This record gives sequence, C-alpha cells and structure tokens, in this order.
Amino acid sequence: MREELKAIIHYLKEYDGPDMNIMEVCGSHTAAIAKNGIPTILPDNVRLLSGPGCPVCVTPSSYIDRLIQLAMKEDTCVVTFGDLMRVPGSETSLSAAKGAGARVAMVYSPMDILDMAAREKETTFIFAAVGFETTMPVYALLVDTIVREKIPNIRLLTALKTMPPVIDHLCRGGAAIDGFLAPGHVAVVTGADAFVPLAKRYSLPFGVSGFSGPELLVAIAGILKARGEGKVMNFYPSVVTRRGNERAKAMIDRYFDVCDASWRGMGTVAGSGRILKKNFEWIDAGSRGLDEDRQKNKACRCGEVLMGKIMPTECPLHGTVCTPLNPQGACMVSTEGSCYSWYIHHRTK
Amino acid sequence: MCVALPGTVIEKKNGYAIVDFSGNRVKARTGFVDVEVGDPVLVHAGCVLQKLSKNESDDLTELMKEVGAF
Repeated sequence: MREELKAIIHYLKEYDGPDMNIMEVCGSHTAAIAKNGIPTILPDNVRLLSGPGCPVCVTPSSYIDRLIQLAMKEDTCVVTFGDLMRVPGSETSLSAAKGAGARVAMVYSPMDILDMAAREKETTFIFAAVGFETTMPVYALLVDTIVREKIPNIRLLTALKTMPPVIDHLCRGGAAIDGFLAPGHVAVVTGADAFVPLAKRYSLPFGVSGFSGPELLVAIAGILKARGEGKVMNFYPSVVTRRGNERAKAMIDRYFDVCDASWRGMGTVAGSGRILKKNFEWIDAGSRGLDEDRQKNKACRCGEVLMGKIMPTECPLHGTVCTPLNPQGACMVSTEGSCYSWYIHHRTK
Repeated sequence: MCVALPGTVIEKKNGYAIVDFSGNRVKARTGFVDVEVGDPVLVHAGCVLQKLSKNESDDLTELMKEVGAF
C-alpha cells in the first residue's frame, strides 16, 4: 500500500486545479482529520469545512433544558452518553445540574438502561436519545425491547436527526461547497446510495470515507478528481454497501416517523428528524416541540461554523472566552465538535 | 458520537456477542447482523452494525490504485 499512498499524497500536495471547498458532515471525520494532520498535506486552495455532523453540537438548547428539568424530578434518572454532559442549555448544563443534585448517569450503550431499570423499578429512567442514523438502530432496538417486555419505567427524550435532508438544506441555501466527505458510519446504516439523489441534484461528488489517515486521503483525492460530477464514490467498502443495513433501517421505520427537526444555530429543517410514532408515544418523555434555541453567549457563532460559513478561528470567542474548559457553544464541548478540534490540535487551516 | 470500532466476535450468545477489541471485551447486541465466532465486526454503542470485509487493507490499496488512475 505504501507506494500507492505516496502517490496519493503527492497528487494532493501538487494539486493545482480550481479551488475546492470540501465539507465533512461527520464529527468523527472532523476529529480524525485534525488528529491525522490532513490539512497540512493539502494546498491552500483545498479547504476542509466542518458541517453539521456532530449530533451533540446541533442539539438545540431547549432539549438540554428539558433534560435538566427531568433530571431534577423526584424518582427520575436521566441516562446519557458522556458527550452531552457539558453541552450548555439556555442557562446551564447537565453536568452542572448534577452538581446541584440532579440525577444523571453516563453509559456506554443505550441498552445499559435495561439493567438499571430492572434494578430500580420505582425510578423512571430517561435516555437522552441524541444521534444520527448510526445510533438510531440502537434506540430502535431499545424501544423494541421496551415494547416486547412491557418495561414500564424507561422513556426516551429524542433529538434524532438525519443527514441527507440537512445536506440538501445547505446546498439549497447556496453554500459554497464543491464536494462532500460523506459520513462513513451513517452510510453503514443508510447505504452509500442514500447520497445519490443529492449528488445528482447538485452535480457534486460525494466520497464515503473511513476514518484512518489513508482512508481520508484517498477519499479527498477521489473527490478532487471528480469535481463537478454528480456521483457517489464508496471509499469505505469494508463496511459500507450500496443499500446499507436493511434490518436496521426496517427497525427504525417500525418505531420512528419522519419529522421536522430543529438544528442548533440553523433553525428548523423539514423532514430532517425522527420521532417515536404515535403508537409508542407512551415511551416518549416529551420530545415534541423542543425547537427553541437560546444561546448562552450571544456572540457565539456556532451556527455559522456548523454551516461551513466561517472557520472556527473566525469566531471572536474562539480560544479567548470560549475554550474546552469554559465552552460557550456546543462545538467547543464535544470531542467531535469542530471548534474543540481546531483548538486542541492548534489547527489553522 | 458516531464512533464505531472494529473487533472480532469471540463468543456468540442469544441476541448478543462478546466482541474482542485488542484484549478489551464488550457485550454487543446482534439484532441487525448474523455473526459467527471469528467474524470481524463493526460495533457502535453496544450494537453490531455490520460485518467487515476480511481484506480491508487490500480493499484500500485497490482504491488507491483506482483513484491514482482516474
């Protein structure tokens, strides 16, 4: 592989074609790009923009506020992935609320809530079900178990979002994007073909990529070479197929309807979310209508960062009042947030 | 949040598998994929999402050759 990789790196370093803005719409890609020093290999006229691909970063403040409200209730425990703990709501975070007496537990898998609920039958456990298509099957499997086993003390507060509609939203809004690094693990579930309609509609190349340095480099080179072509290229064939995981998609459709969803800093995007179907509303902890998004700091420009309109360092708060220890916006909290990634890795381009 | 890691199935049980990640072993649900002991799999948040191709590095080398020849 070594010689082939050298040839790819040489091609990228010597690229002298038209300017290219390539957007990655996956927080794990954002983190992997910085960790592998990919921008330092690229010439100045090839820019990597971070899109709305970190689920924690795009969750509106009203959702966090509602979680905090639930966690403060008696006989209630909010269960969450660690990423969400420090995300600011309109006033405070789950982490701060925990310090003030709220009951919040962190887990590795949503399925861990089953044992917790079985051990404490008098407590209502609420999972903070945030995520994209990658995580949705796990929530669907959890709901399936709750329904089949008639478990009375587990609820989900959902903020589930889907990738193709938000990419469509960005392109329709006239974003200056010439190609997309398509999210590899979302595509494991959706299949690479989920991006074909967008590629054709906007005549843009989509490269489904893995997460190692060589995988990212080959995908970027492929996108550069396919400039102006409306096609999807699968650079992650070890796990991504054209149609994805059909069983996982069917399970999502069984329990969740498509809905409009609110994205932090971006507003409501039609058809870009999923919510529990009416039949299963008894499992919902009040997810509908959590659309309001009030920033903790009015000067925060997370919304523009998430849409690729500015680089994180163009925000006046970046690295000054907004740091990982004192985040003002969600993009500085998550390890997959673009502001966090730029700050930690001293990224300048 | 969409982090998913490759591991190897070392034990298969009813509805889940024990997956080894370089010595770390976790329980992962198998509701979406039929797995056998020895299968390389991709695990996300305690759930097997897909089986991996056993020739991952060959796949990537081929892709590099293809892109180089565009």
